[in-house]
Amino acid sequence: MPETPDYPAAREPGCPFAPAAAVRTMTRDNPVGRVRIWDGSTPWFITRHADQRALLNDPRLSIDEKRAGYPHMTRARAASAPHHPALITNTDPPEHTRLRRTVNGPFMVKRVEALRPRIQEVLDSLIDDMLALPSKKADLVQAIGLPVPTLVITEILGAPYADHELFQTTSHVLISHDSTPEEAAAAGRAIGGYLSDLLDRKIAEPGDDVVSEMAGWVTAGQMTRPEAITMANAILIAGHETSASMISLGTLALLQNPEQLALLRDNSDDPKFVANAAEELLRYLTIVHSGIRRIANEDIELHDTVIRAGDGVIFDLAAANWDDAQFPEPDRLDLRRPARQHHAFGFGAHQCLGQSLARVELQIAYGTLYRRIPTLALAVPFEEVPFAMEGVAYGLKSLPVTW
Amino acid sequence: MRIEFDEPRCVAAGQCAMVAPELFDQRDDDGVAIVLNASPGPDQQDDAREAAAVCPAAAIRLVAE
Repeated sequence: MPETPDYPAAREPGCPFAPAAAVRTMTRDNPVGRVRIWDGSTPWFITRHADQRALLNDPRLSIDEKRAGYPHMTRARAASAPHHPALITNTDPPEHTRLRRTVNGPFMVKRVEALRPRIQEVLDSLIDDMLALPSKKADLVQAIGLPVPTLVITEILGAPYADHELFQTTSHVLISHDSTPEEAAAAGRAIGGYLSDLLDRKIAEPGDDVVSEMAGWVTAGQMTRPEAITMANAILIAGHETSASMISLGTLALLQNPEQLALLRDNSDDPKFVANAAEELLRYLTIVHSGIRRIANEDIELHDTVIRAGDGVIFDLAAANWDDAQFPEPDRLDLRRPARQHHAFGFGAHQCLGQSLARVELQIAYGTLYRRIPTLALAVPFEEVPFAMEGVAYGLKSLPVTW
Repeated sequence: MRIEFDEPRCVAAGQCAMVAPELFDQRDDDGVAIVLNASPGPDQQDDAREAAAVCPAAAIRLVAE
C-alpha cells in the first residue's frame, strides 16, 4: 500500500514555491491516491493536470458541502457548512448556473477591463507614496500588495475604504487553518453585521456598485438577504488576500529570477507579454494550496481505481500546475511559456468568479512595479522573508524591499 | 471548422471572450457567451482552439467541416 501523507503537507525548507515533495511524488507515482486530512478521514487525492481537467467537469462529482463525507477544508468550515444558504460555492448545476449568472455581471471581462484606468491610478499613487519614503525601505505587502486589492474590491462592493481594517482582519481569520470555530464564527458575525448594514444603506440609497446591484435583486425578490450578505462576504474575502499574495509573492519570485524580471521590465509596454507573464506567475505560484474539494455522486473509475459514491475527493491545483506532462520543467519560472491552461483559478463550473478582475490587477501590478522601480531589491536575505503558509492560500507576512 | 456552443453549460467565465474576442463576446446582463462568428477563418482557428481549451465548463466544441 502506498503511504497516506497528511494534507495539507509542509513544503521543503528552502523551496517555498514548490508543492510539497509528498504531493509531487503522488503526481508521478500515484495519480489516484489518498491523503489524511484534519479530521482523520482519507479522501481521494487527484494531482495530474489531465485528470483534474476531466473530473472537474464531471457531473458525477458534487460540491454539496452539506453531505456527510464531504472532505471539508477546515474544522471551522465543517462547523459552518450546514448553515450556509445556497451559494455558488456549494451548489451543482443547474442551480449553480442560475446563481452564478446572477452574480456574474460585475466580473465580466468588459466590466473589469473598464476598471483599468482606476486601478492604474490607485497603484501609481501607492508607488509615489512608497518612493517618497526617505528611508528607501518598505514592506511591499503593506505598501502595495494589500492596499491594491483592498481598494479595488471595496470600490466594486461600494464599501468605504475607511472600513478596510475590519475587512482585512475578518477575512484573515475566516480563511486561516489556525482559527477555532468560535473565532471564525465571531469574525463571520462581525462582517455579516457590517454587510447587512451596508445592504440596508444601498437599498435606501443605491450607487453604482455590486452591493447596490444585489440590493436591487433583494428588493425584487430574486435573491434573499442571507444570500446577498454571504455573497458580498465571499467576494470580499476571495478578492482580498489572494490578489495581495500574488502581487507580493510574484515580486519575490521575480527578484529570485533576475533574468526573468529583466525580461518583464523590458517588455512592460507589451500587453500580450505582460498578460502571459501573469499567467505563468499564477501557474508557478498557485497560491490556493489547500486543495479544492468534492464528493462523488456515483462510482467513478480512474486509472484502474474506483472512487466510490459518497467518497470525498481533493484536487491539488499546485500539483497540476507542476505536472511535467503539461508544463515541462515546471520548477522553472519561464514568462514566455504558454501557461494559459493552468489551474490556479481551479477548473470546471466553479472556476474562480473573480479571475478576470484578478488578471487585470496582476497585469497592472506586474506591468508597472518593475518599470517604475527598476532598482527594486530585497532588503533582507531571501531565507529571512517570512512566509504565511497556514491559510487556504499562501502568501507573505511581509516583503522587506529597498530601491 | 465550426464552433458549437452549449449554452446551458456556460458559467459565464468570459475566458472565450478574453482569448478570442473576434469570435466570442459576453451578454451584457449575465455574461453568458455569445458566438460572434461560428465559422472561424484560417487565421482565427488557433484562437478558436484556445477558447475551447480554456473554457472551464467545456461548453465550446469545435467540429471539423
